[in-house]
Amino acid sequence: MVTSVTNPGRNGLYDWLLQRVTAVVIGAYSIGLIGFLVLNPGLDYETWKACMGSLPMQMINTLVLVSVLLHAWAGLWIVTTDYLTRAQFGNAATGVRLVVQMLILLLCLVYLLWGLVMIWGGA
Amino acid sequence: MKVSVYRYNPETDREPWMEDFEVDTGGRDLMVLDVLAMIKERDPGLAYRRSCREGVCGSDGMNINGRNALACVTPLSEAAPGVLEGRKPLVIRPLPGLPVIRDLAVDMGIFYEQYEKVQPYLINDEPAPAIERLQSPEERAKLDGLYECILCACCTTSCPSFWWNPERFLGPAALLQSWRFLADSRDRATEERLDQLDDPFSLFRCRGIMNCVSVCPKGLNPTRAIGHIRSKLLERAV
Repeated sequence: MVTSVTNPGRNGLYDWLLQRVTAVVIGAYSIGLIGFLVLNPGLDYETWKACMGSLPMQMINTLVLVSVLLHAWAGLWIVTTDYLTRAQFGNAATGVRLVVQMLILLLCLVYLLWGLVMIWGGA
Repeated sequence: MKVSVYRYNPETDREPWMEDFEVDTGGRDLMVLDVLAMIKERDPGLAYRRSCREGVCGSDGMNINGRNALACVTPLSEAAPGVLEGRKPLVIRPLPGLPVIRDLAVDMGIFYEQYEKVQPYLINDEPAPAIERLQSPEERAKLDGLYECILCACCTTSCPSFWWNPERFLGPAALLQSWRFLADSRDRATEERLDQLDDPFSLFRCRGIMNCVSVCPKGLNPTRAIGHIRSKLLERAV
Protein backbone atom coordinates (compact mmCIF):
# COMPACT_ATOMS: atom_id res chain seq x y z
CA MET A 1 0.00 0.00 0.00
CA VAL A 2 1.42 3.36 -1.09
CA THR A 3 0.06 6.45 0.67
CA SER A 4 -0.67 9.75 -1.07
CA VAL A 5 -2.35 12.94 0.14
CA THR A 6 -2.41 15.37 -2.78
CA ASN A 7 -4.37 13.42 -5.41
CA PRO A 8 -8.07 14.30 -5.85
CA GLY A 9 -9.55 11.17 -4.28
CA ARG A 10 -6.81 9.95 -1.92
CA ASN A 11 -7.48 6.54 -3.41
CA GLY A 12 -6.58 4.96 -6.76
CA LEU A 13 -10.00 3.57 -7.55
CA TYR A 14 -11.71 6.88 -6.81
CA ASP A 15 -9.30 8.81 -9.06
CA TRP A 16 -9.69 6.24 -11.82
CA LEU A 17 -13.49 6.37 -11.69
CA LEU A 18 -13.46 10.17 -11.45
CA GLN A 19 -11.39 10.41 -14.63
CA ARG A 20 -13.70 8.07 -16.54
CA VAL A 21 -16.97 9.67 -15.41
CA THR A 22 -15.75 13.23 -16.08
CA ALA A 23 -14.44 12.11 -19.49
CA VAL A 24 -17.91 10.87 -20.41
CA VAL A 25 -19.47 14.19 -19.33
CA ILE A 26 -16.88 16.20 -21.31
CA GLY A 27 -17.27 13.92 -24.36
CA ALA A 28 -21.06 14.09 -24.38
CA TYR A 29 -21.00 17.89 -23.98
CA SER A 30 -18.48 18.30 -26.80
CA ILE A 31 -20.56 16.21 -29.19
CA GLY A 32 -23.71 18.13 -28.18
CA LEU A 33 -22.02 21.50 -28.66
CA ILE A 34 -20.62 20.54 -32.07
CA GLY A 35 -24.09 19.25 -33.06
CA PHE A 36 -25.63 22.57 -31.96
CA LEU A 37 -23.11 24.56 -34.04
CA VAL A 38 -23.63 22.37 -37.10
CA LEU A 39 -27.43 22.62 -36.87
CA ASN A 40 -27.30 26.41 -36.50
CA PRO A 41 -25.04 27.64 -39.31
CA GLY A 42 -26.02 31.30 -39.19
CA LEU A 43 -25.67 31.54 -35.42
CA ASP A 44 -25.81 35.08 -34.05
CA TYR A 45 -24.89 36.44 -30.61
CA GLU A 46 -28.50 36.79 -29.40
CA THR A 47 -29.34 33.11 -30.09
CA TRP A 48 -26.11 31.97 -28.50
CA LYS A 49 -26.69 34.12 -25.41
CA ALA A 50 -30.30 32.96 -25.06
CA CYS A 51 -29.17 29.35 -25.24
CA MET A 52 -26.28 29.70 -22.79
CA GLY A 53 -28.29 31.93 -20.43
CA SER A 54 -31.12 29.44 -19.94
CA LEU A 55 -31.22 27.70 -16.56
CA PRO A 56 -30.68 24.13 -17.91
CA MET A 57 -27.63 25.27 -19.90
CA GLN A 58 -26.26 27.15 -16.89
CA MET A 59 -26.51 23.93 -14.86
CA ILE A 60 -24.99 21.82 -17.62
CA ASN A 61 -22.15 24.30 -18.08
CA THR A 62 -21.43 24.22 -14.34
CA LEU A 63 -21.30 20.44 -14.40
CA VAL A 64 -18.94 20.47 -17.39
CA LEU A 65 -16.73 23.13 -15.80
CA VAL A 66 -16.37 21.06 -12.63
CA SER A 67 -15.75 17.92 -14.75
CA VAL A 68 -12.98 19.58 -16.79
CA LEU A 69 -11.24 20.85 -13.65
CA LEU A 70 -11.47 17.51 -11.79
CA HIS A 71 -10.28 15.68 -14.92
CA ALA A 72 -7.37 18.08 -15.29
CA TRP A 73 -6.44 17.82 -11.62
CA ALA A 74 -6.49 14.00 -11.66
CA GLY A 75 -4.52 13.84 -14.92
CA LEU A 76 -1.92 16.46 -14.05
CA TRP A 77 -1.42 14.91 -10.61
CA ILE A 78 -0.44 11.70 -12.40
CA VAL A 79 1.88 13.60 -14.76
CA THR A 80 3.65 15.29 -11.83
CA THR A 81 4.14 12.02 -9.95
CA ASP A 82 5.48 10.36 -13.13
CA TYR A 83 7.89 13.03 -14.30
CA LEU A 84 8.82 15.17 -11.28
CA THR A 85 10.60 12.48 -9.29
CA ARG A 86 13.95 11.72 -7.67
CA ALA A 87 15.22 10.48 -11.04
CA GLN A 88 15.00 14.04 -12.39
CA PHE A 89 15.39 16.26 -9.31
CA GLY A 90 17.19 14.17 -6.70
CA ASN A 91 16.45 15.24 -3.13
CA ALA A 92 14.58 18.34 -4.29
CA ALA A 93 11.90 16.18 -5.96
CA THR A 94 9.34 16.33 -3.12
CA GLY A 95 9.57 20.13 -2.94
CA VAL A 96 9.36 20.59 -6.70
CA ARG A 97 6.39 18.25 -6.95
CA LEU A 98 4.54 19.87 -4.07
CA VAL A 99 5.01 23.39 -5.47
CA VAL A 100 3.89 22.35 -8.99
CA GLN A 101 0.89 20.43 -7.62
CA MET A 102 -0.19 23.38 -5.47
CA LEU A 103 0.14 25.75 -8.45
CA ILE A 104 -2.05 23.46 -10.56
CA LEU A 105 -4.60 23.21 -7.76
CA LEU A 106 -4.62 26.99 -7.33
CA LEU A 107 -5.06 27.48 -11.09
CA CYS A 108 -7.99 25.01 -11.07
CA LEU A 109 -9.63 26.97 -8.23
CA VAL A 110 -9.16 30.28 -10.08
CA TYR A 111 -10.70 28.76 -13.23
CA LEU A 112 -13.59 27.43 -11.16
CA LEU A 113 -14.42 30.82 -9.68
CA TRP A 114 -13.87 32.61 -13.00
CA GLY A 115 -16.03 30.06 -14.81
CA LEU A 116 -18.83 30.34 -12.24
CA VAL A 117 -18.85 34.12 -12.59
CA MET A 118 -19.11 33.73 -16.40
CA ILE A 119 -21.91 31.15 -16.23
CA TRP A 120 -24.03 32.69 -13.47
CA GLY A 121 -22.96 36.34 -13.64
CA GLY A 122 -25.56 37.14 -16.31
CA ALA A 123 -23.22 39.44 -18.27
CA MET B 1 26.72 -10.09 -39.56
CA LYS B 2 27.37 -7.14 -37.25
CA VAL B 3 26.45 -7.46 -33.58
CA SER B 4 26.42 -4.44 -31.30
CA VAL B 5 26.58 -5.33 -27.61
CA TYR B 6 26.15 -3.08 -24.57
CA ARG B 7 29.24 -3.23 -22.37
CA TYR B 8 29.66 -1.90 -18.86
CA ASN B 9 32.08 -2.95 -16.18
CA PRO B 10 31.63 -0.66 -13.16
CA GLU B 11 35.17 -1.41 -11.98
CA THR B 12 36.90 -0.16 -15.14
CA ASP B 13 34.38 1.81 -17.25
CA ARG B 14 33.29 5.35 -16.42
CA GLU B 15 30.16 4.87 -18.49
CA PRO B 16 28.49 2.20 -20.64
CA TRP B 17 29.55 1.80 -24.28
CA MET B 18 28.57 -0.31 -27.32
CA GLU B 19 31.06 -2.84 -28.68
CA ASP B 20 30.74 -4.10 -32.26
CA PHE B 21 31.50 -7.71 -33.20
CA GLU B 22 31.58 -9.35 -36.61
CA VAL B 23 30.02 -12.82 -36.32
CA ASP B 24 29.79 -15.43 -39.07
CA THR B 25 26.54 -17.37 -38.63
CA GLY B 26 26.81 -19.01 -42.05
CA GLY B 27 23.37 -17.66 -42.89
CA ARG B 28 21.71 -19.90 -40.30
CA ASP B 29 18.71 -18.57 -38.37
CA LEU B 30 20.32 -19.04 -34.94
CA MET B 31 18.87 -17.95 -31.65
CA VAL B 32 20.26 -14.68 -30.26
CA LEU B 33 21.67 -16.63 -27.30
CA ASP B 34 23.74 -18.77 -29.73
CA VAL B 35 25.22 -15.60 -31.21
CA LEU B 36 26.09 -14.37 -27.70
CA ALA B 37 27.79 -17.71 -27.00
CA MET B 38 29.89 -17.29 -30.16
CA ILE B 39 30.94 -13.83 -28.97
CA LYS B 40 31.73 -15.15 -25.47
CA GLU B 41 34.11 -17.71 -26.95
CA ARG B 42 36.14 -14.82 -28.30
CA ASP B 43 35.63 -12.50 -25.30
CA PRO B 44 35.09 -14.57 -22.12
CA GLY B 45 34.67 -11.32 -20.18
CA LEU B 46 31.19 -10.72 -21.66
CA ALA B 47 28.62 -11.13 -18.86
CA TYR B 48 25.06 -12.34 -19.36
CA ARG B 49 22.71 -14.75 -17.57
CA ARG B 50 21.47 -17.98 -19.12
CA SER B 51 20.49 -21.39 -17.87
CA CYS B 52 17.94 -23.65 -19.56
CA ARG B 53 18.34 -22.15 -23.10
CA GLU B 54 14.74 -23.09 -23.97
CA GLY B 55 12.51 -20.34 -22.58
CA VAL B 56 11.66 -21.98 -19.28
CA CYS B 57 13.98 -20.48 -16.67
CA GLY B 58 13.59 -16.80 -17.61
CA SER B 59 17.27 -15.93 -17.03
CA ASP B 60 18.20 -14.40 -20.36
CA GLY B 61 15.68 -11.60 -20.70
CA MET B 62 17.35 -8.73 -22.58
CA ASN B 63 16.60 -5.91 -24.96
CA ILE B 64 17.09 -7.10 -28.56
CA ASN B 65 16.90 -4.40 -31.24
CA GLY B 66 14.73 -2.29 -28.97
CA ARG B 67 12.42 -5.02 -27.81
CA ASN B 68 12.52 -7.07 -24.59
CA ALA B 69 12.73 -10.81 -25.21
CA LEU B 70 14.36 -14.05 -24.11
CA ALA B 71 17.57 -14.45 -26.14
CA CYS B 72 17.24 -18.26 -26.14
CA VAL B 73 13.88 -18.34 -27.94
CA THR B 74 14.35 -15.33 -30.22
CA PRO B 75 15.66 -16.35 -33.65
CA LEU B 76 17.63 -13.77 -35.64
CA SER B 77 14.79 -13.63 -38.16
CA GLU B 78 12.49 -12.33 -35.42
CA ALA B 79 14.96 -9.95 -33.77
CA ALA B 80 14.26 -7.29 -36.40
CA PRO B 81 13.71 -7.32 -40.18
CA GLY B 82 17.08 -7.47 -42.01
CA VAL B 83 19.16 -8.81 -39.12
CA LEU B 84 19.32 -12.38 -40.44
CA GLU B 85 20.32 -11.17 -43.91
CA GLY B 86 23.05 -8.97 -42.39
CA ARG B 87 21.49 -5.77 -43.69
CA LYS B 88 21.00 -4.49 -40.15
CA PRO B 89 23.11 -5.00 -37.01
CA LEU B 90 21.84 -7.08 -34.12
CA VAL B 91 21.72 -4.69 -31.15
CA ILE B 92 21.73 -6.23 -27.67
CA ARG B 93 21.25 -4.21 -24.49
CA PRO B 94 20.30 -5.12 -20.91
CA LEU B 95 16.66 -4.94 -19.76
CA PRO B 96 15.77 -1.24 -19.38
CA GLY B 97 14.89 0.39 -16.06
CA LEU B 98 17.00 -1.81 -13.78
CA PRO B 99 20.51 -1.07 -12.50
CA VAL B 100 23.23 -2.77 -14.57
CA ILE B 101 25.62 -5.02 -12.62
CA ARG B 102 27.80 -5.73 -15.63
CA ASP B 103 27.21 -5.87 -19.41
CA LEU B 104 23.84 -7.60 -19.89
CA ALA B 105 23.32 -8.69 -16.26
CA VAL B 106 20.92 -6.42 -14.34
CA ASP B 107 20.08 -6.17 -10.64
CA MET B 108 16.61 -7.74 -10.34
CA GLY B 109 16.24 -6.73 -6.66
CA ILE B 110 13.40 -4.20 -7.04
CA PHE B 111 11.55 -6.59 -9.39
CA TYR B 112 11.60 -9.36 -6.77
CA GLU B 113 10.63 -6.91 -4.02
CA GLN B 114 7.51 -5.96 -5.97
CA TYR B 115 6.78 -9.65 -6.53
CA GLU B 116 7.08 -10.32 -2.78
CA LYS B 117 4.63 -7.49 -2.00
CA VAL B 118 1.70 -9.28 -3.68
CA GLN B 119 2.15 -12.31 -1.38
CA PRO B 120 2.55 -14.81 -4.22
CA TYR B 121 1.40 -17.83 -2.26
CA LEU B 122 -1.89 -19.40 -1.22
CA ILE B 123 -3.35 -17.92 2.00
CA ASN B 124 -5.88 -20.18 3.64
CA ASP B 125 -6.27 -20.56 7.43
CA GLU B 126 -8.95 -23.23 7.26
CA PRO B 127 -7.85 -26.67 8.51
CA ALA B 128 -6.28 -28.60 5.65
CA PRO B 129 -8.26 -31.62 4.43
CA ALA B 130 -6.67 -35.08 4.72
CA ILE B 131 -5.44 -35.21 1.13
CA GLU B 132 -5.65 -31.87 -0.71
CA ARG B 133 -7.80 -28.78 -1.25
CA LEU B 134 -9.92 -29.76 -4.22
CA GLN B 135 -10.78 -27.54 -7.17
CA SER B 136 -13.34 -28.18 -9.89
CA PRO B 137 -11.95 -28.28 -13.44
CA GLU B 138 -13.67 -24.91 -14.03
CA GLU B 139 -12.02 -23.34 -10.98
CA ARG B 140 -8.67 -24.70 -12.06
CA ALA B 141 -9.18 -23.36 -15.59
CA LYS B 142 -9.29 -19.81 -14.18
CA LEU B 143 -5.57 -20.07 -13.41
CA ASP B 144 -4.62 -20.79 -17.03
CA GLY B 145 -2.72 -17.88 -18.53
CA LEU B 146 -1.61 -16.81 -15.03
CA TYR B 147 0.49 -19.57 -13.49
CA GLU B 148 2.78 -19.89 -16.54
CA CYS B 149 4.75 -16.71 -15.74
CA ILE B 150 8.48 -17.41 -15.44
CA LEU B 151 9.42 -14.02 -13.89
CA CYS B 152 11.83 -13.07 -16.69
CA ALA B 153 10.94 -9.37 -16.15
CA CYS B 154 10.54 -8.67 -19.90
CA CYS B 155 7.08 -7.18 -19.26
CA THR B 156 7.81 -5.11 -16.17
CA THR B 157 10.97 -3.57 -17.65
CA SER B 158 9.13 -2.59 -20.85
CA CYS B 159 6.54 -0.63 -18.85
CA PRO B 160 7.07 3.17 -18.63
CA SER B 161 4.96 3.36 -15.47
CA PHE B 162 7.49 1.00 -13.85
CA TRP B 163 10.42 3.05 -15.19
CA TRP B 164 9.01 6.23 -13.61
CA ASN B 165 7.84 4.69 -10.32
CA PRO B 166 9.67 1.40 -9.74
CA GLU B 167 9.25 1.56 -5.96
CA ARG B 168 5.56 2.40 -6.02
CA PHE B 169 4.02 0.75 -9.09
CA LEU B 170 4.08 -3.04 -8.72
CA GLY B 171 4.52 -3.68 -12.44
CA PRO B 172 2.76 -6.15 -14.77
CA ALA B 173 4.56 -9.32 -13.60
CA ALA B 174 3.70 -8.82 -9.91
CA LEU B 175 0.13 -7.79 -10.73
CA LEU B 176 -0.37 -10.86 -12.93
CA GLN B 177 0.68 -12.96 -9.92
CA SER B 178 -1.61 -10.95 -7.66
CA TRP B 179 -4.56 -11.87 -9.89
CA ARG B 180 -3.34 -15.47 -10.06
CA PHE B 181 -4.00 -15.78 -6.30
CA LEU B 182 -7.11 -13.58 -6.25
CA ALA B 183 -8.59 -15.86 -8.92
CA ASP B 184 -7.70 -19.04 -6.99
CA SER B 185 -10.77 -20.66 -5.44
CA ARG B 186 -8.64 -21.99 -2.56
CA ASP B 187 -7.35 -18.59 -1.49
CA ARG B 188 -9.12 -16.82 1.41
CA ALA B 189 -7.28 -13.49 1.53
CA THR B 190 -9.18 -11.63 -1.21
CA GLU B 191 -10.04 -8.63 1.00
CA GLU B 192 -6.51 -8.22 2.37
CA ARG B 193 -5.03 -8.52 -1.12
CA LEU B 194 -7.44 -5.92 -2.55
CA ASP B 195 -6.75 -3.55 0.38
CA GLN B 196 -3.10 -3.49 -0.67
CA LEU B 197 -3.92 -2.44 -4.26
CA ASP B 198 -6.40 0.39 -3.70
CA ASP B 199 -3.92 3.29 -3.69
CA PRO B 200 -3.11 5.49 -6.74
CA PHE B 201 0.21 3.74 -7.51
CA SER B 202 0.40 -0.01 -6.79
CA LEU B 203 -2.11 -0.98 -9.49
CA PHE B 204 -3.71 2.19 -10.82
CA ARG B 205 -0.49 3.53 -12.35
CA CYS B 206 -1.17 1.08 -15.19
CA ARG B 207 -2.31 3.21 -18.16
CA GLY B 208 -3.18 0.17 -20.27
CA ILE B 209 -0.61 0.69 -23.04
CA MET B 210 -0.05 -3.10 -23.23
CA ASN B 211 3.73 -3.09 -23.76
CA CYS B 212 3.70 -6.03 -21.31
CA VAL B 213 1.37 -8.04 -23.54
CA SER B 214 3.37 -7.41 -26.70
CA VAL B 215 6.70 -8.58 -25.20
CA CYS B 216 5.68 -11.52 -22.97
CA PRO B 217 7.61 -14.55 -24.26
CA LYS B 218 4.97 -16.88 -22.81
CA GLY B 219 2.10 -15.06 -24.55
CA LEU B 220 0.45 -14.01 -21.27
CA ASN B 221 -1.76 -10.96 -20.81
CA PRO B 222 -0.96 -8.90 -17.67
CA THR B 223 -3.14 -5.99 -18.85
CA ARG B 224 -6.19 -8.25 -18.79
CA ALA B 225 -5.27 -9.49 -15.29
CA ILE B 226 -4.95 -5.87 -14.11
CA GLY B 227 -8.39 -5.19 -15.61
CA HIS B 228 -9.84 -8.11 -13.62
CA ILE B 229 -8.36 -6.77 -10.37
CA ARG B 230 -9.75 -3.30 -11.16
CA SER B 231 -13.21 -4.80 -11.73
CA LYS B 232 -12.96 -6.60 -8.36
CA LEU B 233 -12.01 -3.33 -6.63
CA LEU B 234 -14.91 -1.55 -8.36
CA GLU B 235 -17.32 -4.35 -7.48
CA ARG B 236 -16.72 -4.04 -3.75
CA ALA B 237 -16.70 -0.23 -3.77
CA VAL B 238 -19.90 0.69 -5.64
